[in-house]
Amino acid sequence: MASGLLEPPASAIDQEYRWTLNFGPQHPATHTTLRILLQIEGERVLDARPDIGYLHSGFEKIGEHLNYNQYVTVTDRMNYISPLANNIAWHSAVENLLGIDVPLRCKYIRTILAELARISDHLLCNGACALDTGAFTAFLYAFNQREELYQIFETLCGARFTTSYTRVGGLMYDATPKFIEQVRQFVKNFPKVHADVCRLLNRNRIFVERTKGIGVLTKAEAISRCATGPVARASGVTRDLRKDSPYLAYGDFDFNVICSTDGDCFHRYLVRMDEMLESLRIIEQALENLPPGPVNVPMADRAILPDKSRVYNTIEGLITHFEVVMTNRGFQSPRDECYTAIEAPNGELGFYIVSDGSETAYRARCRPPSFIHFAMFSHLMKGHQVSDIVAVLGSLNVIAAELDR
Amino acid sequence: MDVSVPENVMVTKLDSLASWCRKNSLWPMPFATACCGIELMATGASKHDVARFGAEVFRFSPRQCDLMIVAGRVVMKMLPVLQRIWLQMPEPKWCISMGACASTGGVFDTYSVVQGIDRFIPVDMYVPGCPPRPEQLIQAIIDLQDKIQREGTLMGKEFQTEARQRPKRALLDIVTPQSAPRPEPLPIIPNVGV
Amino acid sequence: MDANALKQALQQRFGELAWQYSESRRGERRLVIPAGQLLSYLEFLRSDCGFDALLDITCVDYLHYRGAKDRFGLVYLLGTSTSGERLVLRCYLNEPNLKIASAVPLWEGANWLEREVFDMFGIAFEGHPDLRRVLLPEEFAGFPLRKDYPLRGRGERHNFERISRNQS
Ligand code: SF4
Repeated sequence: MASGLLEPPASAIDQEYRWTLNFGPQHPATHTTLRILLQIEGERVLDARPDIGYLHSGFEKIGEHLNYNQYVTVTDRMNYISPLANNIAWHSAVENLLGIDVPLRCKYIRTILAELARISDHLLCNGACALDTGAFTAFLYAFNQREELYQIFETLCGARFTTSYTRVGGLMYDATPKFIEQVRQFVKNFPKVHADVCRLLNRNRIFVERTKGIGVLTKAEAISRCATGPVARASGVTRDLRKDSPYLAYGDFDFNVICSTDGDCFHRYLVRMDEMLESLRIIEQALENLPPGPVNVPMADRAILPDKSRVYNTIEGLITHFEVVMTNRGFQSPRDECYTAIEAPNGELGFYIVSDGSETAYRARCRPPSFIHFAMFSHLMKGHQVSDIVAVLGSLNVIAAELDR
Repeated sequence: MDVSVPENVMVTKLDSLASWCRKNSLWPMPFATACCGIELMATGASKHDVARFGAEVFRFSPRQCDLMIVAGRVVMKMLPVLQRIWLQMPEPKWCISMGACASTGGVFDTYSVVQGIDRFIPVDMYVPGCPPRPEQLIQAIIDLQDKIQREGTLMGKEFQTEARQRPKRALLDIVTPQSAPRPEPLPIIPNVGV
Repeated sequence: MDANALKQALQQRFGELAWQYSESRRGERRLVIPAGQLLSYLEFLRSDCGFDALLDITCVDYLHYRGAKDRFGLVYLLGTSTSGERLVLRCYLNEPNLKIASAVPLWEGANWLEREVFDMFGIAFEGHPDLRRVLLPEEFAGFPLRKDYPLRGRGERHNFERISRNQS
């Protein structure tokens, strides 16, 4: 296949005990579609060369053809483990470009959702990592909680994970009392499950031995390899956009940034575990202080469809509706470029939008954390055993749809 | 002539018997590439439990499977892999195309996404939705079971029929001029259940 | 590092005329630099101005952009590992000279980012250790994110053999 992937053998003697092993692209332990070419000597990995692009579906090209509201449906499919975080990242970027400031209630709801997305992402990541290293029970616990989260999302917007919930300058709907009730329930039940998973894994000898000291990333390497998010924080980089440049409503809440200095798979797992508790704290505070008021920007901004009672009963509502649905009549975007990022579960998820004045982006670049993290895979794997591949892959949380876009 | 049959003996055709066995022990090969794969996992998990329909034995080796479930979009780089895995599966085999992307390309009408896997491999069932809910996938499996029962033969003659060899409708638009006649739908064979 | 200090430092090192500094109305800092000197700017910003994190490398094709003078704009997003500070570094490239120095010697993480830009736009990074296509198949011809490449492609996606029921 790919010709450049395999170099000719150095010499026959060197090659004697070396194998080339193909891993993927359809392999249960990759969880997603990626391929790794391994050079192994016995059980030891000499070289691991990732080959990706098995799910490259042209997201950025579509971004140049769908308008700012339509493209949110495509961002769902990017990191499908936590689609709400992508929705929020995209529309934060668009709002930053257009200079729209969303109402406080919208900010709070988005914050709650971003944190729920973080919990769901970390649950899957840790659960799958545990599954691959042989701890099936923890995976079932995690998946059960994810099912609860899906129900919450379904109450909110009618879809389990293709949510498309945000709009330019607001949300699809306001949160209903039922949603809030469900989130309360989740916040109440989750610590127990969290404790269960911790008890199952934290001192589980097999799990600890398979992850501790594996795939170590030092702080300097983390910086030089552009790592962000839990992967970087497990290596001692304290950067967290929620604290460093508070967006949405993060400035209002009291929470900690979880860090560790060891930087191996086990500590990435621990950082994720603890981040879930911090997320829970944020959700709790946001729920208690959820402000009343509108979720969408005022009608005069011409950014979002006014609600139906306005459309039918007032002339301004009708005009606004008409202008928003007409192409080239809705909001005006400045001819400008901007980069806006949020702290997504996986790391810094940013969009670089270039606008040429129309309501479709001229270029919609996404900074995908998975792509950048997976790039260091071969570095992390050097000298480890074949069985460590799944631990490292699991702890990097590589989602193919975000990796390849 | 009057034949009396003991109570627990019944008469059927060998074809029906074979199909009956086959349909109730489908072994799926999960070709999960993207988001639909998550719903595929949910279908196998405890809440929806596809084991009730005899299709719970997910195997990752194509050699052990007889039902390929393509869940998610298939792109240029992946298509040769898909075809190869399809070729590696032993007969008799069936294919379910799960989700809008696998069936038609879905929202991804772009340069790299294959606009429907049925252009390149034979597909028996399409499941609409983005993503389809687990219930929908289960319905597709039930429908496929009906289909197997309806037309299945011991020697797999139903795969040799001319109708099965024809390219699918989606492909014709590309390969032949628009005016070419559409293929006729498959003939419906009367139900000959056990 | 605040804006004035940054400007002063740049002035001392590179003189007045070579670079342009601007700030958007949201306070985003931008720096436009000549493409030939990219590496020295990056090195200076990294070691002397504290921008030690490379967040992203991307490219924009300005082919259909009204009033644009250059064809490609390369964008380097720099940040720091301790705070949320950011700097957008930009330089322009024109055909036929689509070459620029690679940032891999400074940041290992630039490796795949540059490969992606190469894959999508066909910009060659000189000194890159392993410049191959990363997302698209090796035999693919064309650079899909360029504006003259159609969204639905040029038929590559249907250029495969069909397997009929008899063959399989
Ligand atoms: S049909 Fe929808 S959910 Fe399924 S793979 Fe395609 S985009 Fe994802």
